[in-house]
Amino acid sequence: MASKAVYSRDPMLKKRDDFEDILEERRNSSDLRYALRCYAPVVYKGLCPSKAGTLKSMVLQSDQLHYVIHQVCRETGRAVDDVQEEVSSILEEMAHRLQLSTVRFFAFTLSKVFKTLFRSICVNEEGIQRLQQAIQEHPVVLLPSHRSYMDFLLMSYLLYTYDLALPVIAAGMDFMGMKFVGEMLRMSGAFFIRRSFGGDKLYWAVFSEYVKTMLKNGFAPVEFFLEGTRSRTSKSLTPKLGLLNIVMDPFFKGEVFDVSLVPVSISYERILEESLYARELLGVPKPKESTSGLIKARKVLSEDYGSIHVYFGQPVSVRSLAEGRVNRCQFNLIPRHIPKKPSEDIHSFVNDSAYRLVRAQEENMVLKPWVLLASLLLQNQVSGQKRGIALDELTEQAVWLRDLSRQYGAFLHWPEHTPPSEVVSSSLSLHRGLVRISEGRVQLALGQTGGPAAPGEPRSAVTPEEELLSQAVIILSCASYRNQALHVFLRPALLASAIHTASSNKKQEVFNSFSFLRNMFSNEFILCPGATVQDFEEACYLLVKTGALQVTQQDVLVTERGHRTLVFLTSMLDPFLQGYQVVCRFLCEEATEALTEKQFIPAVRKFIIKHLLAGRLRYTEVLSSDLQKNSLAALLRLGAVRKIKGAEQGTLKVNTVMVNSLEDTLGGKLPTQKAVIARL
Amino acid sequence: MASNSSGGSSDRQRIAQQRLRIIAGHLQRPVDGDSAILAAECKAQGSKPDTSREEKTVPRRRQEIMKWNGWGYSDSRFLFNKKGQAEFTGKRYRLSGMIIPGLKDWFECTFGASLQHKTPATPLLNSSAVQPPTLNEAFVEELKSTGIPFSQDAEDRVFRAHGHCLHEIFALREGKFGRVPDMVVWPNCHNDVVKIVELASKHNVCLIPYGGGTSVSSALECPPEETRSIVSLDTSQMNRILWVDEKNLTAHVEAGIVGQDLERLLNESGYCTGHEPDSMEFSSLGGWVATRASGMKKNIYGNIEDLVVHIKMVTPQGVIEKSCQGPRMSTGPDIHHFIMGSEGTLGVVTEVTMKIRPMPEYQKYGSVVFPNFEQGVACLREVARQRCAPASIRLMDNEQFKFGHALKPQVSSIFTSFLDGLKKFYITKFKGFDPNRLCVATLLFEGDREKVLQHEKQVYDIAAKFGGLAAGEDNGQRGYMLTFVIAYLRDLGMDYYVIGESFETSVPWDRVLDICRNVKARIVRECKERGVQFPPLSTCRVTQTYDAGACVYFYFAFNYRGLSDPVHVYEQVEHAAREEILANGGSLSHHHGVGKLRKEWMRETVSNVGMGMLKSVKDYVDPNNIFGNRNLL
Repeated sequence: MASKAVYSRDPMLKKRDDFEDILEERRNSSDLRYALRCYAPVVYKGLCPSKAGTLKSMVLQSDQLHYVIHQVCRETGRAVDDVQEEVSSILEEMAHRLQLSTVRFFAFTLSKVFKTLFRSICVNEEGIQRLQQAIQEHPVVLLPSHRSYMDFLLMSYLLYTYDLALPVIAAGMDFMGMKFVGEMLRMSGAFFIRRSFGGDKLYWAVFSEYVKTMLKNGFAPVEFFLEGTRSRTSKSLTPKLGLLNIVMDPFFKGEVFDVSLVPVSISYERILEESLYARELLGVPKPKESTSGLIKARKVLSEDYGSIHVYFGQPVSVRSLAEGRVNRCQFNLIPRHIPKKPSEDIHSFVNDSAYRLVRAQEENMVLKPWVLLASLLLQNQVSGQKRGIALDELTEQAVWLRDLSRQYGAFLHWPEHTPPSEVVSSSLSLHRGLVRISEGRVQLALGQTGGPAAPGEPRSAVTPEEELLSQAVIILSCASYRNQALHVFLRPALLASAIHTASSNKKQEVFNSFSFLRNMFSNEFILCPGATVQDFEEACYLLVKTGALQVTQQDVLVTERGHRTLVFLTSMLDPFLQGYQVVCRFLCEEATEALTEKQFIPAVRKFIIKHLLAGRLRYTEVLSSDLQKNSLAALLRLGAVRKIKGAEQGTLKVNTVMVNSLEDTLGGKLPTQKAVIARL
Repeated sequence: MASNSSGGSSDRQRIAQQRLRIIAGHLQRPVDGDSAILAAECKAQGSKPDTSREEKTVPRRRQEIMKWNGWGYSDSRFLFNKKGQAEFTGKRYRLSGMIIPGLKDWFECTFGASLQHKTPATPLLNSSAVQPPTLNEAFVEELKSTGIPFSQDAEDRVFRAHGHCLHEIFALREGKFGRVPDMVVWPNCHNDVVKIVELASKHNVCLIPYGGGTSVSSALECPPEETRSIVSLDTSQMNRILWVDEKNLTAHVEAGIVGQDLERLLNESGYCTGHEPDSMEFSSLGGWVATRASGMKKNIYGNIEDLVVHIKMVTPQGVIEKSCQGPRMSTGPDIHHFIMGSEGTLGVVTEVTMKIRPMPEYQKYGSVVFPNFEQGVACLREVARQRCAPASIRLMDNEQFKFGHALKPQVSSIFTSFLDGLKKFYITKFKGFDPNRLCVATLLFEGDREKVLQHEKQVYDIAAKFGGLAAGEDNGQRGYMLTFVIAYLRDLGMDYYVIGESFETSVPWDRVLDICRNVKARIVRECKERGVQFPPLSTCRVTQTYDAGACVYFYFAFNYRGLSDPVHVYEQVEHAAREEILANGGSLSHHHGVGKLRKEWMRETVSNVGMGMLKSVKDYVDPNNIFGNRNLL
């Protein structure tokens, strides 16, 4: 029925732009001249020219802020002057001070840094041209993916390089901790927002008005990260809606004709923070951002981080997105400056749009051959091959996977004219910290000699737990590369697992099972809300297209040659299945009455380590706190666990029967139907 | 409408003159007759020559002086002469007989049109292409016995089958006719109307009242699904001023009178109504009431709902009117408000008592140039806040300013052109206004001379605060002229592949700028998406100010070469523009009305309950849908 829609979305048919390496020119001409060159970007046609300073006064004089200030005064009995002063200081703390000289400074230094760190920085120039067009016509919002601290400096650097309007960037307050750097970032266009300001309506008013003012007047493109924070796992994070809501608001209220949203996908061949992230996920707390810490990070400068691909996606018009979805008349009856909670339809529209945008980011993410190798090596490691996999076998599997992923629409950057064996070996050598090759066999570098990813740690007298953790660092690092390709395989993998767990081949049953898994994992992966049927159809379409599946009116049958594909796909999802199961088991077996949300992660980690050491779990990956948090979020969403407010903050109340049945359903021990009923 | 500002006669002289005029008016009154006599005359009038008839503008056979497939008088039209210069024919208007040198360039540049590519209209009405009338014989027979004149002539019927929407005129130019009325009747007075409505109810005939025929809401289109005989009730012969009451400053007028006659006749007695919609040359008093019309000078005189004291309407249930002429009543919902805006769905307005005012002693045009539209709107808002709006104040955007400029007639003296050049230099170079952003407000002041001058100063002082520069009377006057000739200009465009139309809305002050920008942008975008090859003309002006908002008027036109169904494209774009207006907090209509063109949005505009109220009124007043034009609901 929806096959037409699926066809039109067939990723294989999508034409993607070519890339150009911007570092090439930097290697051949003066960085200084580059940093000092004439910079005259095109601007928004409706631009009201204003300086960073006048922006502040525009915000302070806005109707919205006036309203909220008086509201706060009425409610708290504070003097207007007093509140106004607070507003000024909030604004002072928040505002950027974008100035060209700082950007020029960064243009110079970053040129130097980038040239040492990276082989190339590739950008799709057609995307740049589209962006240039968009900037002239409507206010633009840049939405880059977030995998590294590097992202936002890189973005500004690129826009400077292409003579495009420099963005203002919403940055987390934690940067402010770095005294000098914080100010430097501020002067290159960053504005700072507190991580949480839930109930503070004054803060919210200042913040939203500040962003809207910049956007409406075309002061600069507004840039922020939909995912809210850097993804430590390289999986896209479920989008945060606050800022997206703010930038869409002027359109809803008719204050601008349209807003262009530009998803930008930044993919790193090797992530600078690789092992840092892995350790953070394992519970070694992240070091507070500090200037001295940054200087210590200098040793990263001596390593090879491969290339970066930046893909500027098709600008998405908020107007087109909202057509037929949002009735803008709802703002007709109340003055527009009075803040109002977004209505149900606006909220769901913003949510859907956010998912679509993150999906667009995912789809344009360039995948390197290493991503496929990491997937294969992880599966191989789990299957218990102590000696690893023969190099030529790995190459054969990689070529197979390359073809499969391309059929699924992956944006794979596999050098065309190089023999596959060379591609594989050069990928392996770039990631030599994670793999070990000996006697023509490849395996993850988990060896007893101590992973190179943990230098400086005492190597003597390693406890089994420490050894486990140091292996986990390697595995999680590796998994983060595999995760880059997850979105390509996700829907077919959910279907493969559904077929695996469903009790029969009946299409309806497989669908139920698929729907259950999809629902279960909707905090883990980017799955657009309400698109279950579409996702199911897409998965069927892809698996049928590749000959792995036969779908009739009633049944879903795995073909002879489809076996390999399905095994690969289910193995892809297995760590997650096991992770959710073990969290369930933990909650049933160990959770006490007084378990709080805060204690959850350490407790579940202890539980998992125990089981891993006892050999009762296959996947070291389940140690990832990201996975544990997501599974808890899923259980909370499904109502299997509830948060008790009051007494002790965030005590978790577990519905053992329900958690138990969810665990069994995940393991395929219980038919889906029952779990669904249990949920109700 | 001519300016009274010329001449240097002193106030005293003016007052004396005015008194004379008033006295003269008194003396003339027996000619106009009073209601008692007229009522007696009514029956026999068909055969008797009427002395006052000659002065009236609208004959029964309108096609004798008006175009059957375009706007206005047959003798007045724009054309490009052999030299390729635009000129306006006829003698009726200030612009008549003049060469307009700038129009050709503006026309070609704005629309990408060319004088080589013509799309002339079918010159003659082909009567055989008109459907033969569906007659209700019994109705016709009884009507004959009343002596009320009627006609089944194809030309008469076609003339009353349309208003002036683009699609209506476009079809006429191509010689295409849809469903047209089956006959036309010309009642002479209220009692005639009562008889016609009684007969129509008795024989189940569909009646469509017809006043000036200037509708732009498809209100006059005959519903194609109507199977009964359709009779167009043309009120044009009910055009007398029945009495003038100077003590209370009211006049009782038959509803068929057209605006220009009403003003001219009242002026003869030294009075005016001050109600001047842009269509006042042709639109009728009854039409104003039925559509809730608005006049250019409403700031002094008010809109039609403020001007009306008493209304008489004939419905299938009988005549509705109030029992007295009290200036305000608290007697439940005002029944006038069921009548005003009923768009011919409930009955025929036959007589109206209207407020009148002594003619203003002094009139003065003016104009102000602003560096940009935003400043202009801010100024209008301030003027409204201080409640010191002149009789009329309008703000044109940059495109319309250029349009107005292109309509400047050839200047006769080198001195004027030198002055123009100097003015332009001063504004753009010395004051630094960007010629592609500046916009102009046109003003019309009215009242006694001293007060006008005082008022003028007040308004110019406010304008100065928003960067406005006084730009002379001439510019102001030309701005108002534009509104009378714009409809003629559309006919010129249609000769050269250009189609267009205007539409309006009212909107709160804080939304004015947003709605102007968004609607204009929407039009441009929709045109592009629908394959229009050249960017359209998409322009607006703020034409009225109120305490809580303003009326905004949009012009939209494009070159349709290369489009297979231009009218359809036009309609889609207009539809999208209306959606945009509603989404930006604008109203469905400020004064054009709903008709059939905007019916689809009525429910969301007035809510379900509101619709129910209107429907139940219709069901009571006209249960058999005699007034079956199907407007509004």
